[in-house]
Amino acid sequence: MVATLEQVFREEWGRVLATLIGFLGDFDLAEEAAQEAFAMAADRWPRVGVPSNPRAWLMRTARNKATDRIRRDRTFATKFGLLVAADRAEVPMKTTTFPDERLELIFTCCHPALAVEAQVALTLRTLGGLSTDEIARAFLVPERTMAQRLVRAKRKIKAAGIPFRVPPVHLFRERLDAVLAVVYLIFNEGYGGRDELAAEAIWLGRALAEMLPHEPEAHGLLAMMLLHDSRREARFSDGELVLLGDQDRSRWNTEQIAAGRAELDHALALRGRGPYVLQAAIASLHAEVPCDWAQIAALYGELTHLTGSPVVELNRAIAIAETEGPEAGLRIVDQLGLNDFRYLHSTRAELLRRLGRTDEARDAYRRARQLTDDGAERRFLERRLTEVEGTTFSG
Amino acid sequence: MKYVMLIYQGTALERQAALPEEEQKQVYADYQGINQTPGVTPGLPMGLPENATTVRVDGGKTLTTDGPFVGMKEAVGGWFILEADDLDAAIEVAARVPAARYGGAVEIRPSEVYW
Repeated sequence: MVATLEQVFREEWGRVLATLIGFLGDFDLAEEAAQEAFAMAADRWPRVGVPSNPRAWLMRTARNKATDRIRRDRTFATKFGLLVAADRAEVPMKTTTFPDERLELIFTCCHPALAVEAQVALTLRTLGGLSTDEIARAFLVPERTMAQRLVRAKRKIKAAGIPFRVPPVHLFRERLDAVLAVVYLIFNEGYGGRDELAAEAIWLGRALAEMLPHEPEAHGLLAMMLLHDSRREARFSDGELVLLGDQDRSRWNTEQIAAGRAELDHALALRGRGPYVLQAAIASLHAEVPCDWAQIAALYGELTHLTGSPVVELNRAIAIAETEGPEAGLRIVDQLGLNDFRYLHSTRAELLRRLGRTDEARDAYRRARQLTDDGAERRFLERRLTEVEGTTFSG
Repeated sequence: MKYVMLIYQGTALERQAALPEEEQKQVYADYQGINQTPGVTPGLPMGLPENATTVRVDGGKTLTTDGPFVGMKEAVGGWFILEADDLDAAIEVAARVPAARYGGAVEIRPSEVYW
């Protein structure tokens, strides 16, 4: 019963809120009304049962709450002789079918006029239904800071006139990129071990792919997240980092790999060849045994061409090292200007170690360790460093 | 000669807010006085910088960021009033201003009524 309620709330929060915002034109009012309706449901439903159409119930209750509030505010305003434009509440709202306005909502939350951290927080709060406290904890900031970030973002949406809509054709591509980037960023935050954020990103990614069935990149992003996440259990052993080649494959989530590949196939059928589709294709190849490193290297090459990113080049170097040997990989690595990037040094160290150049490997591991915060990654580097130092010591 | 007068608030808003009511009224009266001075065409009162959006154009790509344009020696070089449906429409107009693609920027500040 409790699980069912939670599921209903999870599924309905974003939809109810989006419809209310579309109807009321006000984030705060919509959020307060939705909160009251969900609180009432949490109190009532366990006692009297879940209504046959929970969404309609929540929507109606929230609408009524909003109407009450507007009337109250209006009485207050009239008393003080102020003008309040609050006639929206009198507009009849259909109570049987509701438009799904979650897309309008996510495009508004991820508008480039909002700071990226505000986009992330708003998306998690409004579409994901996470509480301010949950978001604050996930991003390791005080709750007050997160609350202020949300308040300020909502205020700006209103004050600056950020439209509540799916952007028109000429803006759609770049705005969709911004939305996908926010979901990807949430996923990345979760990749380091904060599972709830990774799960949240996948949930958002799935909703996006459903709402945008013809957008290959939306499916590509979902595929990539599912495929990366499928190895979550195997990436750590007793809290310690395990590299792909050493992972216990029985701990890979095969169901999720299959779901990821289905999304990838869908994206490819739509002739998708964008950055997320390519990364999903690479992640899919990584999950194959044996790994086709030549094809992975070729895909990274294509991705470098698209993004011009030296980080992608670094990944290509790793794949090249697997097919053509560490020396070939090292040649690429040494041309990259990523001196403060810890993975450049850990990759160099790994390749040098394989080449038996232990002194240089040790220096590179040290440099990588210097750039890495405490945690599993740092402990991994320290283990490697001890191994290399041992090699040096014994000659 | 004509001048465009831009007011930078600094700490003035906080200090004014802390003034006794009578002196606050005087501040408003002084602004009114400036607005009614012959030759002055009042601009719209500007909203808070935190509600600003900055637009740049780089290689034909419109880059939109949160907040005002902050540069060491940057000064506002001009202003105009735009009536537009929403921020997206305003961003499109801002991106057509030559300064935006020649290393400058256009800051979009919603106007606000304070009284």
